[in-house]
Amino acid sequence: MKINVKVGIIVFPGSNCDRDMFHVLTDVFNLDAQFFWHEKNLPSGIDAIVLPGGFSYGDRLRAGIIAAHSPIIKDVKKLANKGIPILGVCNGFQILVESGLLPGALLKNNSLSFMCKWTNLIVENNMTPFTNKLKLHQKIPIPIANGEGRYYVDDSTLKKLKKNNQIVFRYSEAVNGSSFRIAGICNEDGNVVGMMPHPERATESVINPIDSKPSSLIFESLLSTIGVQQ
Amino acid sequence: MSLKTQELAHLKSKIKREPTNTELQIVAAEWSEHCSYKSSKKHLKMLPMTGPLVISEKGFDSGVLDVGDGYVVTVHIESHNHPSAVEPYGGAATGVGGVIRDILSAGTRPIAILDGLRFGNIEKDPQARWLFKNAVVGIADYGNCLGIPTIGGEVEFDDSYTNYALVDVAAIGFGKKDRLIKNNAKKDDVVVLLGGSTGRDGIGGSQFASDLLESEDTSAVQIPDPFIEQLIIEAILEARNHKLIKAMKDLGGGGLSCAISEIADSLSIGIELDVNSVHTREQNMNIDEIMISESQERMLIITDKTKLKKLEEICKKFRIKCSVIGKVTSNQIMHVKKGAKTFAKLPTSVVANAPLLDRPSTKPKYLQTIQNEKKLKPTKDLSNILLKMLSSPNLADKNWVYDQYDHEVGIRTVVKPGYDASVLRLDNGKFLAAKIDGNPKQCYLNPREGAIGCFEEACRNVVCTGARPIGMVDHLQFGNPEDPEIFWTFLESLKGLTDFAKYFKIPCVGGKVSFYNETIKGPIKPSPLIGILGLIEKKPLQPRTISKNDPVLLIGNTTNELGGSEYFEYIHNFVGGRCPVVDFKTSKMNMNAVLELIEKNLIKVAHDCSKGGIAIAISELCMQNKIGCQIELEKIPGEKLSEDRSLFSESHSRYLLVIERKNLKKIQSFLERKAITYDVIGKFVGDQILFQKNSRPIIKLSVDMARQSWMKSLGELVLHG
Repeated sequence: MKINVKVGIIVFPGSNCDRDMFHVLTDVFNLDAQFFWHEKNLPSGIDAIVLPGGFSYGDRLRAGIIAAHSPIIKDVKKLANKGIPILGVCNGFQILVESGLLPGALLKNNSLSFMCKWTNLIVENNMTPFTNKLKLHQKIPIPIANGEGRYYVDDSTLKKLKKNNQIVFRYSEAVNGSSFRIAGICNEDGNVVGMMPHPERATESVINPIDSKPSSLIFESLLSTIGVQQ
Repeated sequence: MSLKTQELAHLKSKIKREPTNTELQIVAAEWSEHCSYKSSKKHLKMLPMTGPLVISEKGFDSGVLDVGDGYVVTVHIESHNHPSAVEPYGGAATGVGGVIRDILSAGTRPIAILDGLRFGNIEKDPQARWLFKNAVVGIADYGNCLGIPTIGGEVEFDDSYTNYALVDVAAIGFGKKDRLIKNNAKKDDVVVLLGGSTGRDGIGGSQFASDLLESEDTSAVQIPDPFIEQLIIEAILEARNHKLIKAMKDLGGGGLSCAISEIADSLSIGIELDVNSVHTREQNMNIDEIMISESQERMLIITDKTKLKKLEEICKKFRIKCSVIGKVTSNQIMHVKKGAKTFAKLPTSVVANAPLLDRPSTKPKYLQTIQNEKKLKPTKDLSNILLKMLSSPNLADKNWVYDQYDHEVGIRTVVKPGYDASVLRLDNGKFLAAKIDGNPKQCYLNPREGAIGCFEEACRNVVCTGARPIGMVDHLQFGNPEDPEIFWTFLESLKGLTDFAKYFKIPCVGGKVSFYNETIKGPIKPSPLIGILGLIEKKPLQPRTISKNDPVLLIGNTTNELGGSEYFEYIHNFVGGRCPVVDFKTSKMNMNAVLELIEKNLIKVAHDCSKGGIAIAISELCMQNKIGCQIELEKIPGEKLSEDRSLFSESHSRYLLVIERKNLKKIQSFLERKAITYDVIGKFVGDQILFQKNSRPIIKLSVDMARQSWMKSLGELVLHG
């Protein structure tokens, strides 16, 4: 039995973590997930949106910039304004930033290389729809996989992020030169969350030999958020 | 870039007239060594290619293995050596693209990439560093963008690759058996070219690859576009789900010429095509250029007329071009037109079947003396030697390479890169282990035993994850086959592989031969590369943390076989001696015993002993687990050897098993019952890598120091020289 919670996964040309996200949402957490192609409109009755990772438009011009101009982004923005939970992972985070839903920019890692490795996140805000089951400062073992994953904000925006509690995840160590070691942030309302690491790669113990529970709590947070709302 | 005199005569005798210029171009592409296998085809038949799990259909571009429950795994291997040697980024990237499309051709989704890379001496040669660095980035940029994990491989440096590069890429696919594309076609079906546009890049690429690398002809290198490839993969899999594809073939070496002639020949059909319908990216391309361009990211599809509209809709969704370029005829003729005018009209069987050669072979002279050992300088400080070896490019950890590859995407990667073999989970609850291995240093000293050694090493690696080998792919890379001595080394390697494959009943499900791998300094060392797939029915052995006082067992004999070893070549700068030889019977016994122990859940970690010998294998376990060891050299089974030889011999069929002490008795009685040669050689303890002989320390090295240097040396070398 699927839980009657509709999660839309937005697919752009070049998205490639969409099927992984679908597997985790449906097979691991029993949610009712659906793919939405970037040219389509979003129907009403969607409870949450995920923008998955990948290389939308082959990262041409700049990661996420072309996808941010897709027709579907208008609908995503409407849902964001309504307070619907929206999660952008990796390229999804880059798209949220490029579409103006989240502040800052994602630059090339300071190694100038693509980096695929396991690291640890520290939860800095456990009040978002994707973190409310996590403890503050809880550690999350999780993989990153990106070339343009260095989060950058200017000092005044960083102050604002801190003041508004918009920093959701920080890396436990300096991995790529991100401002304030930021790995994930949210909008002022807290319903739109973007993160560079891949929670969908860490929720099953068979592929996460370290500890799959903390990443699972990201999805369980969503479940409890929507459950509470309904 | 043209036919040999006797080939031209053969062509004329077959078609009974003078060929047109376009016909000559088409035939020259298809009859190149690269496309036709004219030197090797007669001999490749000796390999066993069937088995209970092998699914064989006409026109498959990849090997297909039945893994049960209605699922199949596909596998293929390719190289892109010549292109990578002149343009490493594009050459390596398009190497990935090509082999991925072979997997796609069978109607399966590509789920993993492995790569084997070989370059010159990166410690001394900045060009080798440049080639290495850019080939790795090329593979990373392409595979990462596709969302196909690069899960493993190997990297090796050797002087015989100076100014050159071997870039081998293997790909694995997965799918449902009933969705395999079982190539078939009938008269009036339509022939569709789908994907990227045809340009002037890669013109003559297959002939370029079939010749000695004398010019740096970068125009023969194709330009990569992984974004288009990703769209093609998704579009084709969607078309497959709608049953829109009757037959399919990747456009690789030889471009349209080869794809058309080969698909027509294998399906016993004819194809009539109009080059005006081919979508091109450059203006005024002439008909010959269109026919032999090797522009990437293109697929040839044969479909039923009634299904064309739906196929076009899918292509439109993904914004990729698809052009109807021709139709199927019943006359087994490849008919190339431009508008109404005919430019080529050839029987497909003539184009697709180059006259095969019987090349002469003679045993190379150098082999008469190469096995003699010279007197080595006495070694003093073995701790320092071990540290030096751990930091050497061939033995240092390859994280600088695999951290640039997304090895997690697809969420199948259960055992990650950096261990013996990588393991993927499959949708039916089983697991697939994969590994590729080569050892040109040993193959040079003894082409037969060296090749067998690569085969056994790849098997040992998958066995260490608990997998039983189910299929093999080989990539046979040699110098100029017209040289009888080189051709002899090719035949010897092939015979060795055949004997091993037959003894172990491991079918060869795919492969490739690459000749003319020569540099200005001469031929490369014989470089067969073996890829092994292993199947795990229940549970893989995932690396577990080693704890204090865990005993370590060594299975197998250590003997005086240091020819081609890292110790001889890197430390003593000596190329020669006797290379390790695999005893088939012992090999099988050891393999089965390790598998049974893993299946009984009695093993914490199984690790293969190979390059660098026991010293390196034990050190790797210490460094990965940040724990010291205490190993007694006198316990090592086998010949009585000097300390350095015990430590660094690369004898085959050896496994290190780390166990829990409470299981020791059970394991010992099992091994004794099976008559396996083994001993408990020591335990993990402390923070020093300690090897001793009769209680006298031989090597004492801080794990932390060793680890720092092992982890970082390759990256430092690439980035800072």
